[in-house]
Amino acid sequence: MEVLIEKENKKKNINFRGNVRELLEKLDINPETVIIISNDQVLTEDEKLEGDEKIKILSVVSGG
Amino acid sequence: MKCNLCEKKAVILNPSYCKEHFIDDFEKKVEETIKQFNLFNKNEKILVATSGGKDSLTVLHILKKLGYNVKGLLIDEGIKNYREYTIDDMNEFSKKYDIDFVIKSFEEEYSSTLDDITKKTTLNPCHICGIFRRQLLNKYSKEYDVIATGHNLDDEAQSILMNLLKSQTNLLSRLGPITGLKKDDKFTRRVKPLYLLSEKNIRLYTFLLGLKNTFTECPYSSSSFRNEISIMLNELENENQGTKSNIVNHFLKNQDKIKKIGEKEGSANLCYICNEPSSGKICNACNILKELKLI
Ligand code: SF4
Ligand SMILES: [Zn+2]
Ligand SMILES: [Zn+2]
Repeated sequence: MEVLIEKENKKKNINFRGNVRELLEKLDINPETVIIISNDQVLTEDEKLEGDEKIKILSVVSGG
Repeated sequence: MKCNLCEKKAVILNPSYCKEHFIDDFEKKVEETIKQFNLFNKNEKILVATSGGKDSLTVLHILKKLGYNVKGLLIDEGIKNYREYTIDDMNEFSKKYDIDFVIKSFEEEYSSTLDDITKKTTLNPCHICGIFRRQLLNKYSKEYDVIATGHNLDDEAQSILMNLLKSQTNLLSRLGPITGLKKDDKFTRRVKPLYLLSEKNIRLYTFLLGLKNTFTECPYSSSSFRNEISIMLNELENENQGTKSNIVNHFLKNQDKIKKIGEKEGSANLCYICNEPSSGKICNACNILKELKLI
């Protein structure tokens, strides 16, 4: 799975299966601070991931 | 999970709403906030203090959609690798939604950018930034009935906590959905239409409507105490949904009592240098300008 973390401007390739909430736990990201996008669609925390998705993690906090 | 109100896929949980129903609910909440706190009406001229960030773009977009008379004011502090991008975002937004805005800059007003100033002082950039921005906002809002800002539920809960933890009573006068209601008319009324909306929902709204697609972050922002509070609050909220609302609701219930504590310090004089409202003979902005030998 390819994960782009907007705030860090970093792309990661990871092996992962599970739901969105578990993915965020694995990446040590607080769900309150992000919005998860795949294929231009917003994913909710309960959604299952197969492992072959491209995921974008948008930051909710914009400083300034 | 499905939307609570229709068969479509949810974009948010607790409560679960699809895209359309989330947008609907979000806009209704803003409208309710305006009515509940009596922020302004359709005959008044509203100046939106905008940074080109998600919060102020959301305010501008919804107020225009609801038929209010709005214009934006963007303050260009002169922060490299940040402000130029949000000005681009603002220009694009303004054209797309036909919303007028003006830019005023530290450079033309103080003949110095924030980047220049921070090199000459050990004062916290955000402290200087806030004081100067407030001065310019006052200066350029004279012909308006009301200034609307993008302050949201997160900002407010943070301010309440900061005030408690550091006893920053200077923040007290800025708490609440509506501030600056002074009888003597030196202050333009300030209002927060996003008062009850969380940062996460605002980001979701801007994403779903395509209002803001780029990520921008001020290079000075990570150094702030507010940032630490924000991280802590989000941890609490994650473990205990509703924490931020609870903090703000508690404040609202005791607003009159709490704000009285700060009133002594907020009593308004006029600064003898710039003639803007000030708690002392000389305002904070002019004090810093003097210190930096800019006036
Ligand atoms: S983070 Fe600080 S310096 Fe940057 S825009 Fe906000 S207040 Fe100004
Ligand atoms: Zn729906
Ligand atoms: Zn002054």
